[in-house]
Amino acid sequence: MDLEAYIRSRLAGDRRVLLMTHVIVGFPSLEANRAMLAAMADADVDLVELQMPFSEPVADGPTFARANQKALEAGLQMDDYFAFFEEAGQLCPCPRLMMGYYNPIFQMGHEAFCERLQNVGGAGFILPDLPFEEYDDLFPLSQQHGLTSILLMTPTNHTDRLRQIGEHARGFVYAVARKGVTGSRTQMEEEGGVFDLLSRCRSATQLPLALGFGLSKGEDLRLLHDSEADVGIVGSALLRSWEEEGEQGYARLLTELAQAR
Amino acid sequence: MSPTPNAVLSPAGWERLLFPTDYDPDARLGYYGPYGGCFVPEILYTTMQELTAVFDQARRDPALWAEFVSVMSTYSSRPTPVTHLERLSERLGGAQIYLKREDLNQTGAHKINNVIGQGLLMRRMGKKRVIAETGAGQHGVATATMAARFGLECTIYMGAVDVERQRPNVFWMEQLGARVVSVEDGSATLKDAINECLRDWAFSMEDTHYALGTACGPHPFPQMVAWFQRLIGEEARAQMAEGPGLPECVYACVGGGSNATGMFLGFLDDEVELVGVEAGGEGIDSGRHAARLVGDDARPGIAQGYKTYFLQDEEGQMRHTHSVSAGLDYIGVSPILAHLGDTGRVRFEAVTDDEAIAALRLLMETEGIIGALESTHAVAGAIREAPTMKKDQRILINLSGRGDKDIFTIADALGDDNWQQFLRRRGQGA
Repeated sequence: MDLEAYIRSRLAGDRRVLLMTHVIVGFPSLEANRAMLAAMADADVDLVELQMPFSEPVADGPTFARANQKALEAGLQMDDYFAFFEEAGQLCPCPRLMMGYYNPIFQMGHEAFCERLQNVGGAGFILPDLPFEEYDDLFPLSQQHGLTSILLMTPTNHTDRLRQIGEHARGFVYAVARKGVTGSRTQMEEEGGVFDLLSRCRSATQLPLALGFGLSKGEDLRLLHDSEADVGIVGSALLRSWEEEGEQGYARLLTELAQAR
Repeated sequence: MSPTPNAVLSPAGWERLLFPTDYDPDARLGYYGPYGGCFVPEILYTTMQELTAVFDQARRDPALWAEFVSVMSTYSSRPTPVTHLERLSERLGGAQIYLKREDLNQTGAHKINNVIGQGLLMRRMGKKRVIAETGAGQHGVATATMAARFGLECTIYMGAVDVERQRPNVFWMEQLGARVVSVEDGSATLKDAINECLRDWAFSMEDTHYALGTACGPHPFPQMVAWFQRLIGEEARAQMAEGPGLPECVYACVGGGSNATGMFLGFLDDEVELVGVEAGGEGIDSGRHAARLVGDDARPGIAQGYKTYFLQDEEGQMRHTHSVSAGLDYIGVSPILAHLGDTGRVRFEAVTDDEAIAALRLLMETEGIIGALESTHAVAGAIREAPTMKKDQRILINLSGRGDKDIFTIADALGDDNWQQFLRRRGQGA
């Protein structure tokens, strides 16, 4: 089943919005990542993105930037990343997306990347520093390998740019809730904020919309129930809960988020 | 074409400023051959488009260039002189060596050229806050002076390692009213300061301009920085042509590449050999260096918004670089220079830390000029070549900055006992 159909089928049940979570592979450790994935399985998370660490993570705020760095310092390499990606499929059954920066993909080559990601059961990928004009053969290659390339729409994009992104988008669109980088809080009900963005994205695409950047609690997901958003993405807040409250606090936040769908 | 107030810049020079060459980036998002581009998170797309449009309009407007040259000649010291190094040339026994004196600029380096240019663009855009990265601190200090003079709010990002080795520049930036943020991420050097600027800008772009200090980063920065820095090359070419005659070769040090591109673009259409000198650190074989275009340690890749040769590992993670000079200690290199290297128009050499320090000593001893450690890499390259050339041939070196800022590093390297004792006494509050 392709990602769009999967999202629609999950929404056909009693969930009014889906939950996508995020893990930086190798931080704080692969062992911790396994426990995170197990907790996600318990919470029946709908989608998960597994971030490939990179030394220059310009779209990430302090929490994730440090996590990228620590994972690399601990010696994580591409083989470890893909091995964990595969293992994650046994730990948590939901579709898994590769998320990461473009340079490691450019170095391994587009074809090799698509092949490796397909072989470990990837559903698709998100490359936040690669504008669609630069995808080159990544669009056709990803389709040949059964992978969905996910594009981002942001509050600073003008209407014609949103429309162009919409024309290239597959599966769903990742809507960036606010300006800035990952990790700081988004004021959901601010004037001209998230809901305005969602309706602008909706005018540019009929694909499901996944809202990310700054969502941190169940209440944020509930606010999306009657919105154009089909998926809420929670990343930094989960990692912070792991760091501050440990495995149990992490599971508690996941449960809160899952119940707010 | 309206005349410019810069006496040494010929009308032909002005025409060339429009970049009607191969080095005007092509239509594909700012590429120079296969290098360049604009790889920014989508949130910055609109900002980059707006900046490109403003710059495209400004560079076709003679009034902007006239204003730029006017500010540079009344606020900085342009045109900077070219100095004939008679004693050094005599000592080496070969080519006559000339220095383009960018060290005599306001704030003591070529960085001010680009900063004033971008400041004028900020006025056109109506932005009130400027952010910048800095390695050696020269670009940070230049930006802080521009912000003070133009009445702008200013934040400078600087790697924590660089904050340690360039404390005097941190002091001056803060005294000039800038907020200096020490960046602890990654290798805590120039590249990490650039990442932090991009993060700030992704939030603040509405009222903030990112004044990138070198001819790197996403389009239009390489083109824009090279365009303002080209003032160096245009001046130097006119000064040499009217004086001793065009040089056989031109040397410049290459960190990100702003002083080198600025200098080289002035001589691109002449039969003049162009030589870029990279930081060889402890030697190319040691692995502890910052040479991207010399040796085989760097490969094309994409980071910090652009495609070029990066010092990276097999899997595309950026490596730690090393140089005694903070301003050359960087993983990437201007896409313009990467392309000029590929086509063979520019030759690249590497000079070690020790050679750069020895060149500084020789320059002080024979000519009484204190060059920045960055710039003395170029001097060291020329010192190698000069003895192989004839006495009626000429080498022009871009002395991109002055060395006062390096007093701690140089005193360490030279092992000056009196200075060490002075520091200890000051440290004890005596």
